[in-house]
Amino acid sequence: MSKPGSKMLKSRWFSPLALLLVWELGSLVGWIPRGTLAAPHEVLRTFGAMLASGELPSNLLVSFGRVAAGLAIGISFGVALALISALSHQGEVAVDSPVQMLRTLPTLALSPLFIVWFGIGEAPKIALIAFGTVFPVYLNLYGGIRSVDVRLVEAARSFGLSRSELVRHVILPGALPSFLVGLRYALSVSVLILVVAEQINAARGLGYLISEARDFMRTDVIVVCLLVYAGLGLGADSIVRWLERRALAWRPQLVEG
Amino acid sequence: MHSGRSPIALRGFTRRYGTNTVIDDLTLEVEPGEFVALVGRSGCGKTTLLRALAGLDDVQGQDVRVPSSRAVVYQDARLLPWKKVWENVALGLRGPDTAGRAHAALAEVGLAQRSHAWPLTLSGGEAQRVALARALVREPELLLLDEPFAALDALTRIRMHELVLNLWHSHRPAVVLVTHDVHEAVAMADRVLLLERGQIASEERIASARPRDPVHAEALRQTLLSKLGVVPSNEPSVPSVQNSVLRRNLSTPLELSPNASHEPTPA
Repeated sequence: MSKPGSKMLKSRWFSPLALLLVWELGSLVGWIPRGTLAAPHEVLRTFGAMLASGELPSNLLVSFGRVAAGLAIGISFGVALALISALSHQGEVAVDSPVQMLRTLPTLALSPLFIVWFGIGEAPKIALIAFGTVFPVYLNLYGGIRSVDVRLVEAARSFGLSRSELVRHVILPGALPSFLVGLRYALSVSVLILVVAEQINAARGLGYLISEARDFMRTDVIVVCLLVYAGLGLGADSIVRWLERRALAWRPQLVEG
Repeated sequence: MHSGRSPIALRGFTRRYGTNTVIDDLTLEVEPGEFVALVGRSGCGKTTLLRALAGLDDVQGQDVRVPSSRAVVYQDARLLPWKKVWENVALGLRGPDTAGRAHAALAEVGLAQRSHAWPLTLSGGEAQRVALARALVREPELLLLDEPFAALDALTRIRMHELVLNLWHSHRPAVVLVTHDVHEAVAMADRVLLLERGQIASEERIASARPRDPVHAEALRQTLLSKLGVVPSNEPSVPSVQNSVLRRNLSTPLELSPNASHEPTPA
């Protein structure tokens, strides 16, 4: 027997909406100057205008392309290195120590070097994302392969599986949960690097929109771009969740869910 | 003793880990279709012997003859959790219609209706039956059972004993059952071997038909237990339980503890 008002108070949407309302009112009254932070309705209007003009979709596509290219390269290298290192002893000797050394470098600190090497076009941005995403994939997949239950490997071996069948049916599926964790890290790392990489000498992309807006004190455009970044992060996460639901259907907690 | 088509023959088999000799100059022969139980306390070398028979350990330079078609059922079912039950049974299976054969094997262990389930949704007994189906679908000449009933509850265990015996009757592989449960060994095997410090300390042939006569089985059990250095219980023999392979005390299934109170008497 609760009153409608108390039901509204219990909703998860209540406090975000209240904050939005305070922000809007604060802007209307003049407590929050436009130069500091644009009002929600202005952000919305700018968002609509940027969509309609095609400014936002075209720049988003450019950023999306950079992330996709960087991730594709980074994940491929991460997977390849992890397989070499985890599946053979010589591979581990050759690969693991250099990877562990490079891993300690802060990726973004490499940007001056990458600009010298690759110029100021698309290449250094993609290279930075690729570099940063190799390690989460490598570390998690390597760990996943090495922690596959040896009893399962032994049982499969006693049923006459060849080395390649063993890898395909036992080792890789066993390492898949860890790989997906690595993929999740890689996706968030890629967006993080994108933000910074795009603000260096970019003529297109979300980062370019933000730096241009900064020069003109257009806080509404900045907020729109921040929201799009947040949306990218959420989207990436839901892709991995979807993958997990499909690929790890055998896990009991997901079977029941 | 020489028999040409013996599926298992180990001669002078020795296994050392460092300075520790686990198996010491052991000779073992098993006839085709024979059901042999290996009994011994923990650390007597049962598992090492089984691993050698299963081809899991390198036996180079030793006189070990085992058929290439062999299959193992482990204490833990060891099913791949990411493959459906029938895919686990069909794992590594060669030849035509692997799916059909896998389903037939599952029907034989009474699990046809679970063939599309995920292994982690099975009970312990069901998982062990899948493991049995996975072993038998290969039509092995040698079936190795590594304490396959040890993790099951007493009632499931009795049903599994019956199932294994039925499957053995219809497929006729040679069976080596590793167990520390003397009841089980006496109920199921043609021959019980007592493994002690890496050697076969004693051997009992059981010629009587299954299910075994409770009085005879009880006497055998006491003999084996005393050889293992366990004080035989002085309980009077109670009448046999109808639906069990052998009379057994369900409330206290007898298993050997790794440190029994008496030193074993050499055979």
